[in-house]
Amino acid sequence: MKHLLFLWSCSILLMVGCGEKSKSKETAQTHKEVAHAGVQMDENDPVKFPVYDYEGLKPLLYKDDGKTYIINFWATWCKPCIEELPYFEKVYEEQKGNNVELVLVSLDMPSMWKTRLEPFVEKKGLKGKVVILDDPKQNEWIPKIDEAWGGGIPATLIYNKNKRSFYERGFTYDELNDELNKFIN
Amino acid sequence: MKTLKIFGLIALVVTLGAFSGNLTSKYEGYAIGDIATDFSLKNVDGSMVSLSDYNEAKGFLVIFTCNTCPYSVTYEDRINALDAKYKSKGVPVIAINPNNPSKKPGDSFAKMKTRAAEKGFTFPYLLDEGQTVYPQYGATRTPHVFLLEKTANGNVVRYIGAIDDNYQSASKVDEKYVENAVDAMLARKEIKVTKTRAIGCTIKT
Repeated sequence: MKHLLFLWSCSILLMVGCGEKSKSKETAQTHKEVAHAGVQMDENDPVKFPVYDYEGLKPLLYKDDGKTYIINFWATWCKPCIEELPYFEKVYEEQKGNNVELVLVSLDMPSMWKTRLEPFVEKKGLKGKVVILDDPKQNEWIPKIDEAWGGGIPATLIYNKNKRSFYERGFTYDELNDELNKFIN
Repeated sequence: MKTLKIFGLIALVVTLGAFSGNLTSKYEGYAIGDIATDFSLKNVDGSMVSLSDYNEAKGFLVIFTCNTCPYSVTYEDRINALDAKYKSKGVPVIAINPNNPSKKPGDSFAKMKTRAAEKGFTFPYLLDEGQTVYPQYGATRTPHVFLLEKTANGNVVRYIGAIDDNYQSASKVDEKYVENAVDAMLARKEIKVTKTRAIGCTIKT
């Protein structure tokens, strides 16, 4: 009886898993970039990074191309995020030969994109791919990224086609390397 | 076939149960229905404030917030509005700054006084000196709201989470989580959404 239940739970999990996957492929094709309506934007001087809502970001969270993705959620106003960024950049520089990609998902507010985010990325010469997640419906998308995420940043998702882990915490260089090694070895 | 369906349903419940189990084990602090601790913390006006001071209150909106977090700043006017709306109905706002001022000088007691005066806070703005209160509540970020209902057994936690569903603009809010929860509580109805998540600033220790 117990075994039967277990098998059933597994098969349901699998079904849910597959559903998610095919959906994410769908959205990959309709790859959506949104401009933020509520903020005055200078059309001649748009922000340099892609701006996504959750559906637009989703394809980056479910790539199936043999690479390992480090997806870091951060903001320029988040001090512990800024403190750990150099470790992410260093690990990325050292490991990109092992098919590792770094995506830096900024949660900066629209008013900060030109005034803080762009100058920061330029000054630090960030090598990771910077994208902006601008989706106010946080209670909807936070659990979609990870059911256990309460919404604190820094937060990081590491995944490849075999493995997926989410961390609502900061990293040191050694800690990040150790975690990443579980994915690439 | 019917048996299969029933098995499927049981399996689904078991699976969901496993997920929610993970969720609760990851978080410390209060769950909905727990009794919240009282405290005695220093207010910006120099007085000490406790929940037990409020004889007439029906409940409290305990909001962990601070001066420096951009999300907290965005919500300041809306926190004032919550106090204006609900203090007279017996549910006052009690704001607590959980950050360690030595790590975040912008959240010092002196700067709290300045900010409270500038924004005309109508509610107590307390410093969690020694950072002993926020871990008991399980606040993880600012702003983080805990709605308490005063009962014969103590102050019962009724809602934990965000103020509403749009930090960027009060005019674009679809769901006023806190207002809905307080209204339901005061009307003795079931609170439909008892927990929400939001991006916020981590508490500085």
